[in-house]
Amino acid sequence: MLESKIPDGPLEDKWRHYKEHAKLVNPANRKKLEVIVVGTGLAGSAIAASLGEMGYRVKSFCFQDTPRRAHSVAAQGGVNACKNYKNDGDNIFRMFYDTIKGGDFRSREANVYRLAECSANLIDQAVAQGVPFGREYGGYLNNRSFGGVQVSRTFYARGQTGQQLLLGAYQALMRQVHLGTVQLFARHEMLDLVTIDGKAKGVIVRNLDTGEIERHGAHAVILATGGFGKIYFLSTLAMGCNGSAIWRAHKKGALLANPSWTQIHPTSLPQSGEYQSKLTLMSESLRNDGRIWVPKKAQEDRLPNQVPEEERDYYLERRYPAFGNLSPRDIASRAAKERIDAGFGVGPLKNAVYLDFSKAIKDQGIHKIREKYGNLFRMYEKITGVDAYKEPMKISPAAHFSMGGLWVDYELMTTIPGLFALGEANFADHGANRLGANSLLQACVDGYFIAPYTLANYLADEIKTPATDIQHPAFAEAAKKVEEQLHLLKAIGGKLSADYFHRTLGKILYDKCGLSRSKEGLETAIREIKALRQQFYRDLNIPGGYAINSELEKAGRVADYLELGELMCHDALTREESCGAHFRVEFQTPEGEAMRNDKDFAFISAWEWAGENQPPVWHKEPLTFEFVTPTVRSYK
Amino acid sequence: MGQWKQKTLTRKNWMAFTGLFLCFFLVIHLLGNLQLMLPDEKAHLQFNAYSHLLSGNIIIKIISWVLYASIIAHVIYAVIITLTNKRSREVKYHYDKRGEVSKWYTRNMGLLGTIIFIFLVIHFRDFWYVYKFGSLPLDEQGHKDLYKLVVAVYSETWYVLVYVLCMVALCYHLLHGFFSAARTLGVYHPRYVQWIRVFGWIYSVGICAGFAWIPVYVHFLK
Amino acid sequence: MHIRMKIWRQESGQDTGKMLDYELADVNPDMSFLEMLDMLNEQLLEQGQRAIEFDHDCREGICGQCGMMINGRAHGPLKNTTTCQLHMRSFRDGDTIYIEPFRATAFPVKCDLKIDRSAFDRVIQAGGYISVNTGQAPEANSIPIGHPVAEAAFDAAACIGCGACVAVCKNSSAVLFTSAKVTHLVLLPQGEVEAQERVRHMVDQMDAEGFGHCSNTEACEAECPQQISVLHIARMNWEYNKAQLLKK
Repeated sequence: MLESKIPDGPLEDKWRHYKEHAKLVNPANRKKLEVIVVGTGLAGSAIAASLGEMGYRVKSFCFQDTPRRAHSVAAQGGVNACKNYKNDGDNIFRMFYDTIKGGDFRSREANVYRLAECSANLIDQAVAQGVPFGREYGGYLNNRSFGGVQVSRTFYARGQTGQQLLLGAYQALMRQVHLGTVQLFARHEMLDLVTIDGKAKGVIVRNLDTGEIERHGAHAVILATGGFGKIYFLSTLAMGCNGSAIWRAHKKGALLANPSWTQIHPTSLPQSGEYQSKLTLMSESLRNDGRIWVPKKAQEDRLPNQVPEEERDYYLERRYPAFGNLSPRDIASRAAKERIDAGFGVGPLKNAVYLDFSKAIKDQGIHKIREKYGNLFRMYEKITGVDAYKEPMKISPAAHFSMGGLWVDYELMTTIPGLFALGEANFADHGANRLGANSLLQACVDGYFIAPYTLANYLADEIKTPATDIQHPAFAEAAKKVEEQLHLLKAIGGKLSADYFHRTLGKILYDKCGLSRSKEGLETAIREIKALRQQFYRDLNIPGGYAINSELEKAGRVADYLELGELMCHDALTREESCGAHFRVEFQTPEGEAMRNDKDFAFISAWEWAGENQPPVWHKEPLTFEFVTPTVRSYK
Repeated sequence: MGQWKQKTLTRKNWMAFTGLFLCFFLVIHLLGNLQLMLPDEKAHLQFNAYSHLLSGNIIIKIISWVLYASIIAHVIYAVIITLTNKRSREVKYHYDKRGEVSKWYTRNMGLLGTIIFIFLVIHFRDFWYVYKFGSLPLDEQGHKDLYKLVVAVYSETWYVLVYVLCMVALCYHLLHGFFSAARTLGVYHPRYVQWIRVFGWIYSVGICAGFAWIPVYVHFLK
Repeated sequence: MHIRMKIWRQESGQDTGKMLDYELADVNPDMSFLEMLDMLNEQLLEQGQRAIEFDHDCREGICGQCGMMINGRAHGPLKNTTTCQLHMRSFRDGDTIYIEPFRATAFPVKCDLKIDRSAFDRVIQAGGYISVNTGQAPEANSIPIGHPVAEAAFDAAACIGCGACVAVCKNSSAVLFTSAKVTHLVLLPQGEVEAQERVRHMVDQMDAEGFGHCSNTEACEAECPQQISVLHIARMNWEYNKAQLLKK
């Protein structure tokens, strides 16, 4: 069932070979072909704009009030590309190797190699669009280094790289909207996928302003709806980020791969109270100059500046001397959790560790630090009221990125023909852990450079297919189901808000399917989620009508999370090894490092929906390594 | 008027052009009026001769038509702009503290302008109209005796007071107007923007202090 | 903290709204302003009332979706701060807080505090881009761009499109938004090619949306969360005048 369609041949020729032999659609035929793109983040805007430029008829959907709000906007640190401008030994293979190693050897070689291969091109593209990357005084592009690698290959636009890349893609999209090739539907949420004869043929969306249920048909559907890390409730994601589009596609037959692999980002601000709605991310670039420590004494009550140097435990430098504070995210997060759980956490809730800049300020001068991180320090002060030039920051791990997502083949097509998944919505390139500054890269590369070819290859066979008829019974049935679900949710008439269930689910997942997982915990979590789901359908309360009603929007998303959460636990439970972000306490070395099991678990778990309250069907795509040898991922 | 096809930026350009021309005129006007500060006898004859010169010269005539046109255009554009701006926010804020982040006179150019306009009407009626269409006695050189008229008018305390207050309004109007005109025309280099701010400040205070000083001087010393 | 509020409630765009009174006890000063509204909504929900609709998404000051008039100021009492970055410690126990949507004819209210800012999208559609297709780009380092120029372009490009500049402007003018994009793109060699067309079209669209004139009060810069400089407005005026003079 799982045919990854990886082209034959040497690693470095696969993508070129694919492009040379992929089918094309003649320009005159393109305007007969319609494509639906859901999501307007980097991947969604990029593919919608690219397809528009080529002459396809594109419909672009987003739930935000304008495409520019998509959460790609919030990525701070940068985007990787192996341009080797720094002449420090970077090249495609090294970037490929870093990424596959960073992902703990749980991703496809061909996909990752292609990601590295297209990375250089992305920088060219972005610069041409006017993205103001940081530059050196000579006028050439500058780089910074980022966690998990030993070269400087990260391009950045201060701490707002995601915003600038997104605006580039957004502007390209707006240009196509102006030219009439792309039709824009903001404030529209996809609520179901429509398949006819096994092929993706359209979507059912709800106009969030009027409440109308609309049907849209096309020759192909692209989901670029981002990740579902918001399932943990407290996360670095935007309030509206959700997994509904991919979950509903999953229920229509698309397999979901490795859903439990969620990156917990090490440098977020700690939770400060029960009321909290989100955790703010502080750029990982801070780890370039900040040193992470906790007091050597448990339950330390002194202020950080009163703890003398010799009583501080720089645990990352201690455990991972080679990479130190720049260890990959999964390692850094887990090490922080280990210290916090052992009682060394700091802050009022004892749930944080210090990120200390005093040495960097002493070595480089305060002006240099201000120049590099001024905006981040300002943001920190705004949120916490603390001046980080004088006192260490308090940071804590927070749910951040979904490595898992819809299973896709080399062409980024899901198991439903005609349904593609791009960016964070798919599972493809990051394995069990994503390296910093690779998410912007993957979203852009999928949207600008990969999908335009692979989609043409699919659409070439659809030229003769007439426009999709939205009166087809499949549309009517899907629309009816969507309406029924909305009515059902509204009719529950209980006492509790959607946020209550979301918060409770998030807590279950943080505790039992977060940084560390155990068989027992996961089994409990599955039981608890099942019970919570039942309670949801008993006690949910949604006042208001069907037009603008954010409670109704949230309830639909939480309903999906309550099913997705269970699948995540299933996925984590069945993977009896520790790899990347997935750490099973049963599988660790005596020193507490992750123990991967390549013999039994070098595969991708892809889950098939089997119906309400049925256990999901487990499919495996074996991972074969022809060009690299999986090693123990050591950052010591 | 709302259907006027001109762009907002074009209208602002006309405001800037006419406003800057009026600024230029104020300098000339002030320089001429400074003759009133000369010793009594000298001032009398010289001021009248100067007034005569202005009313006869064809170049001055053309400039004066441009001046009238500028005043009228400045007022008409101000009205159009204000009406358009009103339409750009039909529902007002219930609780409005936006004033905390800008200077009061930048937000009230229309009000200041109205005060200046009313002043101009009085000013024109008292001097320009009388000089042009009224019957003024002649001085010993045979020129219309505007000087006597000026001294007579400025002997009224309330008039001097109104005059001075209007000059304060003019000062604030110029303070923002001069700088704003430069911005409308596109001076964007930070250094020159700073220069213009300083120059505009000196200009506005200088012109208005000069204009305000003359009636006070005449009132008390002549 | 005990907080009283007067909040604009409006069922829909067709409806006339009004200010209603609300009260909230036990507000934590470390809460963000939006979390306080979440808490109020929870309370309303318990009473079976419709929640207060407001725009928000990333809650870290970058998406530009949140924005409301708080005590008569765009994004609240702090300068250069989005609503989501505002915390309750900026208020005092017992305060009455007035909360209204951003108002402008070009930003119609959709529901309560939610407004329609699609006018900004249309201004960008009119020309706020560099016309380059995917896959045509030359090597990135083939056009060196001086560090100060790149930084200046970034300063302009940092706009988050929240609309506070329009909300605070006495004339509801959108020149700060429009000029930020004009300046960002004209500063870069790759954007200069279309500079004249771009500025003309964007200004035309800005006017067509019903935004007012700029009176150079500079209130926009004071409230802008990204501290976009008003000098960009001068730059846009310059580019526009140049484009009009050189128009064929």
